[in-house]
Amino acid sequence: MTTEFRHNVTLNLAKPNVRANFRKAMDGLMSRRLDQFPDKAELERLRTQSMAIRANALSKLPELLEQLETNLTRNGIHVHWAETPDEANHIVLAILQQHNAKSLIKGKSMVSEEMGMNHFLEGHGIDCLESDLGEFIIQLAQEPPSHIVAPAIHKSRQDVAKLFNEKFPDIPYTENIDELTQAARRILRDKFYAAPVGISGVNFAVAETGTLCLVENEGNGRMSTTVPKVHIAVTGIEKVVEKLSDVPPLLSILTRSATGQPITTYFNMISSPRKPGEKDGPEEVHLVLLDNGRSNIYSDPELLATLRCIRCGACMNHCPVYTRIGGHSYGTVYPGPIGIILEPQKAGLDVHGELTQASTLCGACGEVCPVRIPIPTLINRLRYDGVRKDASTTVGTGSRRKTGEAAAWKSWAWAASHPAIYNFGAKTATRLHGLFPSNMGAWTNVRSAPQLAEQTLHERLKAMGVDHE
Amino acid sequence: MATRPDTIYFFGTCLIDLMYPQAGVSAMQLIQREGVNVIFPQAQTCCGQPAWNSGYRDEARTVARAQIALFPKPIPVVIPSGSCAGMMKVHYPELFANQPDEAQALDVAGRVYELTEFLVDVLQIELKDLGEPVKVAVHTSCSSRREMGVADKIESLLGQLSNVKRVEQIRKAECCGFGGTFAVKQPEISASIVLEKVETIRATQADRLVGQDAGCLMNIGGAMEKQGDAIPHQHIAEFLWERTGGVA
Ligand code: SF4
Repeated sequence: MTTEFRHNVTLNLAKPNVRANFRKAMDGLMSRRLDQFPDKAELERLRTQSMAIRANALSKLPELLEQLETNLTRNGIHVHWAETPDEANHIVLAILQQHNAKSLIKGKSMVSEEMGMNHFLEGHGIDCLESDLGEFIIQLAQEPPSHIVAPAIHKSRQDVAKLFNEKFPDIPYTENIDELTQAARRILRDKFYAAPVGISGVNFAVAETGTLCLVENEGNGRMSTTVPKVHIAVTGIEKVVEKLSDVPPLLSILTRSATGQPITTYFNMISSPRKPGEKDGPEEVHLVLLDNGRSNIYSDPELLATLRCIRCGACMNHCPVYTRIGGHSYGTVYPGPIGIILEPQKAGLDVHGELTQASTLCGACGEVCPVRIPIPTLINRLRYDGVRKDASTTVGTGSRRKTGEAAAWKSWAWAASHPAIYNFGAKTATRLHGLFPSNMGAWTNVRSAPQLAEQTLHERLKAMGVDHE
Repeated sequence: MATRPDTIYFFGTCLIDLMYPQAGVSAMQLIQREGVNVIFPQAQTCCGQPAWNSGYRDEARTVARAQIALFPKPIPVVIPSGSCAGMMKVHYPELFANQPDEAQALDVAGRVYELTEFLVDVLQIELKDLGEPVKVAVHTSCSSRREMGVADKIESLLGQLSNVKRVEQIRKAECCGFGGTFAVKQPEISASIVLEKVETIRATQADRLVGQDAGCLMNIGGAMEKQGDAIPHQHIAEFLWERTGGVA
């Protein structure tokens, strides 16, 4: 059966230019990250520290969320809780309607992608404009992001030039990145002043002080959160950290892991709406905290580690599978290794469980993850949850168990735990090695058929008289 | 560093058993030549990893249970594969957590060595190269590199061979796309990964490809053979045995 995932993979593997774009971009990101961590021991120390900060926050999640709400409210920021993306969208819509807002400008936010915010709001006659350059490009192309940090990474400079030329015929054709960026900036700048509402994501929400931290490079995040009259931040409930002093180490490892920058050009700390006498800033600030399956992930002591993620994207940059198939193949908001553990847990193994197969378990993701999420271990766990017979908290547990496959593993286990059977089978196979099929389906499309030896190791060692106990 | 044992257990792995028995024989001969006695329990089959990685934990445990029973003595269990060694050392403790035989599994796990690790760290083997000059590319399996953390061992063994020139493919640390059942479940992705791996290895103009894991070698080697004009591939044990004057 060709699933949607397999279909996407076939499609994307057949696009040499897209593959080349990813390869080049990922090679660049990997080497820039490497340059930031010349001392391996220091990197490992920082990863442990960052893991500890995130694990600590999660261990106290309910209390910290309460504290966050109290402190944000005290600072004059309105806090809203949403169980589902739909609820979150309605909260945002209600705020927009209160202000009679017909348009908004957005900084980059993966949670807004999770909500399908643009689509929902546009259905209610609201004009949403992405102001992050990458997001702006894919919005023009009507495509979803293909990477959580660099959403338009699948596009080459020439692709963008063509797109701009098609959408803005007045602007002279150029393939020069600076000129393209300038053109986008000019288009966006006017919109910033016209938009009544700005939307942003959140990188860290500090419980101790009630501060929303936002990491970005283009200044569009600052514009979106300071120029419009109303600022609405949307984020997942797991983004909370306990103390302000938790932020610098996380920020540092985030930017270095993500783009290989020692720090981003902008780092915003939002702690209240505009105060009397201040020259800028929104009059009203809202935070929407989205659950969308996170509480359920939280309830499993092993899978909980998924929520440590700080969305740096390093796992995808280093993933041999992601690099080949690109972000769009996954058919989910979050692609790559973090996507294949997060999405099946959010939507259920019955919906996205197939993605757990999109890994060679090479371990590159777990090796680079700045908060030490044991991604391969969690992939293995989710594969287990997919086919197990007993209950677990994971949505869709057992839904991937197929009678034929289960029976095959059962007979394999029987044979491999009965040496006489195993050895008989192995011996027979090697004796008949000449009859071994040279066409083994997918394996032999690009490889020769494996050659069975004439005698097994068991037989040879027996003949050599090697001790056996 | 572990003390030098008189005797060790050898776990040959199912892939070597069926496809690359010469690698298993060479590995044992290398160890025996160092004056260490080798026990090969004939009842051994497979470490259980294919089922474990497919989520079939009960089935994996059934097979794993039959293996741990074969290694009762307090001596090292040496395995010529990072992947199977990783299964026993890292994943048996997970697989047997809260099982009645957890202690037995932990005991075996604690005695597991990947072959190159054992040769370098425990036997401190000294090799004398008797072969002709040769250019060699190394592919270290992801399990040897990341799970077992022994990527440097194969390099140091080859470094002892005076007539062996090591050449490095770009993105050497990247996976070859085998991933056990991955190659079967996601054949197109696997193919795209291995074909790039082949390209980078060919670009080194190596005379030979060596590695610690038969799975990767079968994958990369098979892809080169399909294209024709393949760079011959060999398990490190076989290569070392040959270079140092061993006769098969
Ligand atoms: S899982 Fe780890 S590496 Fe991947 S995006 Fe999250 S923090 Fe970064």
